[in-house]
Amino acid sequence: MANERHTLTALVDNEAGVLARVVGLFSGRGYNIESLTVGEVDANAGTSRITIVTSGPPQVIEQIEAQLKRLVPVHAVTNWTFATDGIEREMALVKAAGSDRAAAKAAAAKFGARILDDRGQATVFELTDAPTRISSFIEAMRPLGLIDVSRTGVAAISRDTA
Amino acid sequence: MSDSETMAAAKSAAAGRETVSMTGAEMVVRALKDQGVTHIFGYPGGAVLPIYDALFADNGITHVLVRHEQGATHAAEGYARSTGKPGVVLVTSGPGATNAVTGLTDALMDSIPLVVLTGQVATHLIGTDAFQEADTVGITRACTKHNWLVKDANELSRVLHEAFQIATSGRPGPVVVDIPKDVQFKTGQYLTPDDVRHRTWRPKIEPEAASVARAVEMMATAKRPILYTGGGIINSGPKAAHALRELAALTGFPVTSTLMGLGAFPASSPQWLGMLGMHGTYEANNAMHDCDLMVCLGARFDDRCTGRIDAFSPGSKKIHLDIDASQINKVVRVDLGIVADAGITIAKMVELWKTKEKKADPAALKQWWAQIERWRAKRSLAYEASDALIKPQYAIDRLYALTRGRDVYITTEVGQHQMWAAQRFKFEEPNRWMTSGGLGTMGYGLPAAVGVQMAHPDALVIDIAGEASVQMTMQEMSTAMQYNLPIKIFILNNEYMGMVRQWQQLLHGGRYSHSYSEALPDFVKMAEAFGCLGLRATKPDELDDKIQQMIDSKKPVLFDCRVDPTENCYPMIPSGAAHNDMILSALSDASVSDEGKMLV
Repeated sequence: MANERHTLTALVDNEAGVLARVVGLFSGRGYNIESLTVGEVDANAGTSRITIVTSGPPQVIEQIEAQLKRLVPVHAVTNWTFATDGIEREMALVKAAGSDRAAAKAAAAKFGARILDDRGQATVFELTDAPTRISSFIEAMRPLGLIDVSRTGVAAISRDTA
Repeated sequence: MSDSETMAAAKSAAAGRETVSMTGAEMVVRALKDQGVTHIFGYPGGAVLPIYDALFADNGITHVLVRHEQGATHAAEGYARSTGKPGVVLVTSGPGATNAVTGLTDALMDSIPLVVLTGQVATHLIGTDAFQEADTVGITRACTKHNWLVKDANELSRVLHEAFQIATSGRPGPVVVDIPKDVQFKTGQYLTPDDVRHRTWRPKIEPEAASVARAVEMMATAKRPILYTGGGIINSGPKAAHALRELAALTGFPVTSTLMGLGAFPASSPQWLGMLGMHGTYEANNAMHDCDLMVCLGARFDDRCTGRIDAFSPGSKKIHLDIDASQINKVVRVDLGIVADAGITIAKMVELWKTKEKKADPAALKQWWAQIERWRAKRSLAYEASDALIKPQYAIDRLYALTRGRDVYITTEVGQHQMWAAQRFKFEEPNRWMTSGGLGTMGYGLPAAVGVQMAHPDALVIDIAGEASVQMTMQEMSTAMQYNLPIKIFILNNEYMGMVRQWQQLLHGGRYSHSYSEALPDFVKMAEAFGCLGLRATKPDELDDKIQQMIDSKKPVLFDCRVDPTENCYPMIPSGAAHNDMILSALSDASVSDEGKMLV
């Protein structure tokens, strides 16, 4: 069966070890993690949301979802594919130090990237967009003196009320 | 008062309850009592001394001092499995906790409710590589249903009560509560079990009515049905076993079971096909393969049961009832998955079958049973008898015959003897069969017998053992002596790791690499050294008398039963083969594919 790319978000109790439980589940059962992000979403309720991008055959995705739901501090799991149900965004910091700084800035402007720092030898750009767009931006910067990239991983939310 | 103390006190006061303050160690003892715990299995050490001090002052709980922490966990498993109550373990930090890991993993695999309390170094020492420090919650994360490190005495009672809730509800399993030594000394507010409810943990136990209706419809129209039952029935409680018997009686369907489910359905019933799987009966495996409806009740399509997956029961519709949603479609795609408690759901199936006045297709069922009887006629558990050597099968048969009319509980170690016991010892009731199924832990049976005997002091508790397995936890004979537990360790001694030898014979060209024990102890003398009774039988004609001596003894007994060292356990589905591709006996051809050799 063909691999499918899915985003799973888990609403979890913000307690010690919860991230280790989720990551340990993936490594222990041999599932892929393409990206993982985590952040507190409700300080009063003490909950965090973990967003995981994974890929695998449908049966494996179904297992991952079921296994996540089995963890005691996991309240709810949402599973979708971006194409139909969700919005995903990622932020990247991209550093370039090419001979043609103007060209790099022009390319960045086309993608809508912001310039965060331009004072030293290098220019640091920030881009928030869909992960595929971020990858395209990085490729575009490669011939223009790209020296470093830092990506946050995907934060995602479903379009519907669920 | 600290902030958290004030908060806990305020919370209780708001709820109109009197708050009780006590030390963490006292809370542990109080929480165990409030949870109805009467027995705990443990071993003291530096990081649990305050709790042991609280136990010393209090005589309400019987503490069983084991000889190794692994023994404590298996004893607690035996206790849990034979009573339906959670098993409780108390061990120290570091090596105390790491020694408990095998038992925790065993309990996780076989869904046994355990609450394991571990001492931890004081909170200010955590992370400094202190004496007997180990990252217990880190190490046990993968082998528990859930675990906690409690850093605040005000959190302790809540966590302890949640630990019992989580260990026993939904699919049962082991939990660990790691308690630093300073938390045991500190004073905090105690909450009773009634004050505590986990925020979100609510396992689903009720089936959807539509699913039950669909299952009943599928059963009523089946031509070649089978009930494939497992440990979930046992875990659900005696009501589940009762409901299963009713369902089988109403439908007339044949019943098979996994290793873990033995006893849920009476072996004396004509509808009983025996255990399925790698060493299951010919009739059970062929019925699984040829059925048109498989009703899986509380089993999990384990690889020992399914054989080759792509050839597994190819022509059947499948219903899978499991309390754990992650088991549905994990290994085998099913047509109807039901996430719910086995007892509740089977009772609803029975009820609906009755009210809808369903009837299984009598002509089809008659034909199906005729086919099953033809498979049964192969007598796949038959073996070649001997006058000179004790055949292990004969030894089990005699043990079974001579223990009739008694209240018998059987535990086992892991290997050939375990499979022979599963095939031949006939169980009529649930909770009478304690064995390590999923993890396959050699050394399980002896300490498990200790736990069973603690719970059932007047019962006849027998560990059917192998001489290799039993040496892994032998030291618990000393525990049995200390607590006057007359457990019977019945060793089928073939001098080999028998199952390893069998696989080496069938799969590795008879190269018996390191599977022969060249220097076995004299088990009779060893028994005597522990203060137990040692018995030995070497000839078939002396076996009955010796078994009777064992049964009549009031002491723990180590029975060295010398059996045919080269006997293999049949029938057998070789690795990588399908259910209808069994080796029936030594006389059949054993051909294992290269792919099969890769499998365990």
